[in-house]
Amino acid sequence: MKHLIKNPRDFWSGVMFLAIGALFAGIAFTYKLGTAARMGPGFFPFVLGIILAALGVAILLAAMRDSNKGPGVEKFHWMPVFWVLMPIVVFGFGLKVAGMIVMGLFVVIVSSIGSEDFKLKPTIWLAIGLVIFCSLSFVAGLKLPIPLCPGLDFFEQFALCRV
Amino acid sequence: MELLANLQLGFGVALAGTNILYCFVGVLLGTLIGVLPGIGPVATIAMLLPATFVLPPVSALIMLAGIYYGASYGGSTTAILVNLPGEVSSVVTCLDGYQMARNGHAGKALAIAAIGSFFAGTVATLLVAAFAPPLAELALKFGPADYFSLMVLGLIAAVVLAHGSLIKAVAMIVLGLLVGLIGTDVNSGVARYSFGLPELIDGVGIGPIAMGIFGFGEIIRNLEHGQKRDVFVKKVTGLMPTWQDLRISALPIVRGTTLGSALGILPGGGPILGSFSAYTLEKKLSKDPSRFGKGAIEGVAAPESANNAAAQTSFIPLLTLGIPSNPVMALMIGAMIIHGIQPGPQIMTAKPDLFWGMIASMWVGNLLLVVLNLPMIGMWVKLLTLEYRFLYPAILIFCCIGVYSINNTWMDVILAAGFGFIGYLFGKLDCEAAPLLLGFVLGPMMEENLRRALLLSRGDPAVFVTRPISATLLVLAVLLLIIVAAPAVRKKREETFVEEE
Repeated sequence: MKHLIKNPRDFWSGVMFLAIGALFAGIAFTYKLGTAARMGPGFFPFVLGIILAALGVAILLAAMRDSNKGPGVEKFHWMPVFWVLMPIVVFGFGLKVAGMIVMGLFVVIVSSIGSEDFKLKPTIWLAIGLVIFCSLSFVAGLKLPIPLCPGLDFFEQFALCRV
Repeated sequence: MELLANLQLGFGVALAGTNILYCFVGVLLGTLIGVLPGIGPVATIAMLLPATFVLPPVSALIMLAGIYYGASYGGSTTAILVNLPGEVSSVVTCLDGYQMARNGHAGKALAIAAIGSFFAGTVATLLVAAFAPPLAELALKFGPADYFSLMVLGLIAAVVLAHGSLIKAVAMIVLGLLVGLIGTDVNSGVARYSFGLPELIDGVGIGPIAMGIFGFGEIIRNLEHGQKRDVFVKKVTGLMPTWQDLRISALPIVRGTTLGSALGILPGGGPILGSFSAYTLEKKLSKDPSRFGKGAIEGVAAPESANNAAAQTSFIPLLTLGIPSNPVMALMIGAMIIHGIQPGPQIMTAKPDLFWGMIASMWVGNLLLVVLNLPMIGMWVKLLTLEYRFLYPAILIFCCIGVYSINNTWMDVILAAGFGFIGYLFGKLDCEAAPLLLGFVLGPMMEENLRRALLLSRGDPAVFVTRPISATLLVLAVLLLIIVAAPAVRKKREETFVEEE
């Protein structure tokens, strides 16, 4: 198998397009397709899904030709993926509950761990500075409806905490 | 003389007290964030989009356009000072700009880039003002079939100019179209691909996609490679170019402007193609081509002018047809829709103040860019010395807040994180993400026009080739594909992009 794949990056993108195309087309099939004159909700996505899958096959096949040699797929670095995306996900789920002050500190400090030369002390100062800046500019200045404080009754007494 | 009256109306809007202030704020913020390495205009605009929500639509769009110019100029600044292009179109600026900086002429390089950009911006603004109205009138004659074919042409052209594999770019467009279809189908009310999640019923927003792929994905890539930057220039001195420099640069600026303006109208990589061909042209015309790559001032002046002219004229398809020619314009469409404006040829007649105000603000924005940047270059240099480990957490928190506040929903934040991973994956597989964004914006429009066209023709697909406008557009699209697939052109195209990297 391995020696057949001359261009791994193309090959795997072909596989990806084929899978996604098939998935979209398959789901579209469960909606009403309709006729060309009266297109149902499934018509256009079904056609596009088929086209995408076909393109995927073409890319995949071309990646097995000798004339199309290419470099291998670079290694995935899971550490930066984790340290960048995890705090964002936590921010998304936690904003309503914990508020922007807590979540902001969390995002800045935790994401910093992903850097090669992480140092705790300057990071904490950075986090505090950024949270103050964001609270002043986005919430106080632009009046975006972002909860600042944790969603507890206790905090309701502070004017800044009311959204 | 209608043009003058229209421009007068436009300048009236653009110069109105608060609008000029927002234009200024936009240019300032755009430059500020555009200067930060690793953030291109798309991520900058996506990040600052929520900041415009509180404004009335005209001011918001003026500010966004200002952010765009600022971000582009900021990208050139990083290209010249640290050899890091903020976006593909300033890759060429790196070649001679960085060499000029190493030779101690950083100030001159930055100044000539600003002057060239200003000249180009002035000319291109006039072109937009002159050509947009007739085009918009023509567009009003378009039926659904013609629109559909126009979008096909636009997407094909965008692919042709993208670098990397042609067929993969087409696949990315189709993928974008599909992602654009997520959400409720306007005709039947069926919630497509929403997997029972109420948050997906309205579809995926452009904010999470742009910020995820162009913001988060980029940060992950930067972290894995480690950021090594060489800031040669700690202090920029000798800002003013000499008469000699200006004399050498004058013609390249004019030629760059001409090339850029023409290519900017094309969908796809207008600014990229513009700056690259302007550089190549200057190298060909030069008496001593060996100077290029070693700090030739023409090598900065011409591509910077072309870049900026193209950035300006790429507003033409947006304002007249409602069709984005590049990812930045796709975001502008997203912003217009958020502000309740349906982009398309009707804008000019329905909202003349918005239309002409935006055009006039282009020129104002370019003027502000020069006025603002020349004295502030020192500060931008300081920003460049910021360490990446402090920079990216800041970008992350701004993006999180920004993406949340577009719709005030947590789902967008999660989606953005998901698209961040997808963007990282695309990078690993050499799949360029820009075509996806174009497809994403056009997906619903294409479906709607296809549906209407086929409804009118009672299901007969021949309508696309029997209507003259539609047929012409489709023939053009096929021709484009054939030209690019031709072996000679393909080789040349590969060479071009190899040299670029």
